[in-house]
Amino acid sequence: MKKRSKALSGFSWLMLVFLYLPIAVLILYSFNESRINAVWSGFTWKWYISLFENRQVMQALTNSLSIGLISSVLATVLGTAASLAIKHYSLRWQNIINGLIYLPIVIPEIMLGLALLILFSQFQVDLGKATLIMAHTTFSIPFVMVIISARLADMGKDLEEASQDLGATPWQTLRYVILPLIMPGIVAGFLMSFTLSLDDFIISFFVAGPNSTTLPLYIYGLVKRGVSPEVNALSTLLITSTVLLVIVAELFRRKDSKTIPY
Amino acid sequence: MLKTKRIKLLALPTLVWMGALFVLPMILMLALSFMERGTYGQVVYQFNIDNYIRIFDPLYGLIFWDTLVVAVLTTVFSILCGYPLAYYISRLEKSKQQIWLLLVMIPFWINFLVRSYAWVIILRSQGVVNTILQSLGLIDEPLTLLYNSGSVLVGMVYTLLPFMVLPIYVSLEQMDYRKLEAAYDLGATPWKAFWHVTLPMTKTGVVTGSILVFVSSIGMFVVPDVMGGAKSALIGNVIQNQFLSARDWPFGSALSIVLMLLSLLLILLYFKATQAGGAKEGSA
Repeated sequence: MKKRSKALSGFSWLMLVFLYLPIAVLILYSFNESRINAVWSGFTWKWYISLFENRQVMQALTNSLSIGLISSVLATVLGTAASLAIKHYSLRWQNIINGLIYLPIVIPEIMLGLALLILFSQFQVDLGKATLIMAHTTFSIPFVMVIISARLADMGKDLEEASQDLGATPWQTLRYVILPLIMPGIVAGFLMSFTLSLDDFIISFFVAGPNSTTLPLYIYGLVKRGVSPEVNALSTLLITSTVLLVIVAELFRRKDSKTIPY
Repeated sequence: MLKTKRIKLLALPTLVWMGALFVLPMILMLALSFMERGTYGQVVYQFNIDNYIRIFDPLYGLIFWDTLVVAVLTTVFSILCGYPLAYYISRLEKSKQQIWLLLVMIPFWINFLVRSYAWVIILRSQGVVNTILQSLGLIDEPLTLLYNSGSVLVGMVYTLLPFMVLPIYVSLEQMDYRKLEAAYDLGATPWKAFWHVTLPMTKTGVVTGSILVFVSSIGMFVVPDVMGGAKSALIGNVIQNQFLSARDWPFGSALSIVLMLLSLLLILLYFKATQAGGAKEGSA
């Protein structure tokens, strides 16, 4: 019995190594002096410095941040509004709306990218930042709704009913009871959308135009040309910001839903 | 009553948005799959089903087959790697569980492209593995570790593993451990108890994880694009190619529709299977 559990924990640690080793190697080599091979030849910051001096990289960063910000604000507002309204619909409509929400999550990502490309070309919309914002908002809305619906379900009906018993109108209940209670969920949804947008490659690949390259698209262009320390440095920056955002979002999502957060 | 009607209106902008940017594009894609390609790559609006017939061309049939094989292997390896890991996590103390779960989830959030590229650094001919082996004098010539179906499989399992671990963990977490204790009390060996009690009770988690991994792998084009060679193209790469280089949008759409139907069929089967399973457990 003891031996068995030793083997199990050894295997699990091995899996953790499998998950993290490639990422660790990538990060490590972004600080390697040598450009050409895998031999370690000294620590340097120079690849990072050269990134910040590269105008294309800075442009891609600006694009990523602005597209991420606008699309996640839109997705959060639309997703929150729909989650609040959904329970007032008949069961049949709730099922239709839920289907509409979960479908984009379960179908392969490439489908949404292609379908949007077809849409934009049919209506002769030029590919660029606007199409990226529309695409990112579309794939983020379902994630926001999943997070907020979970929060609403967690909250229960007690406080809402108490508020109504005390004579509050549905709008007042919404404004002064429900919204403050789900605020951590809204923040988590916003951060999640921002992360999804910042990180997205597949869908952006199909709906970006020549002047709207985002960071992942720029990285793809470099990756196709081969391994280089600049790609490592840029990837490291993307990894770091993604991980930080996810952890912060997770902290918000786990905030106790039974207490009013002020 | 009137006021709740107004709250209902809050969903309207979202419904319009998803209708215009999700439902409509999907309908357009379906319509396009019945059109044909003109000489210069433009779309000719003439209804026909040639694109769907062309899918049965041995060339594409073979790629579809390869895609399914890779997807099945990815799913199997994910179960083999993911189940023990999930089992280990579910047996830890609560506080440690949270940390391990977070550690499993974090790589999942880092994008596919960057994670596939990380493997290129390790496996390429002047990569980390070859450099180490050569400096140890174990090999003279660098090994070809990249750009084959093996490397694609490694990349797929690597990127999709978290999809498997999480659902299995959830079902292990919800498992009724009294049944396991009963099995032990009745003299079952640990292996027998696992095979006849734990595994059947966590079937839902395994099925959920398998669907998530399988559906993600049949649509995957980034991993084969970055880690695979010309021969390891999967259906996702063919579709990408039809839209970007070959400029045959109608055929690309037909391939996409088939791929999507396949995914939806699997998900539907999954719902049928879990509902039937749930009902059986309830009556037992």
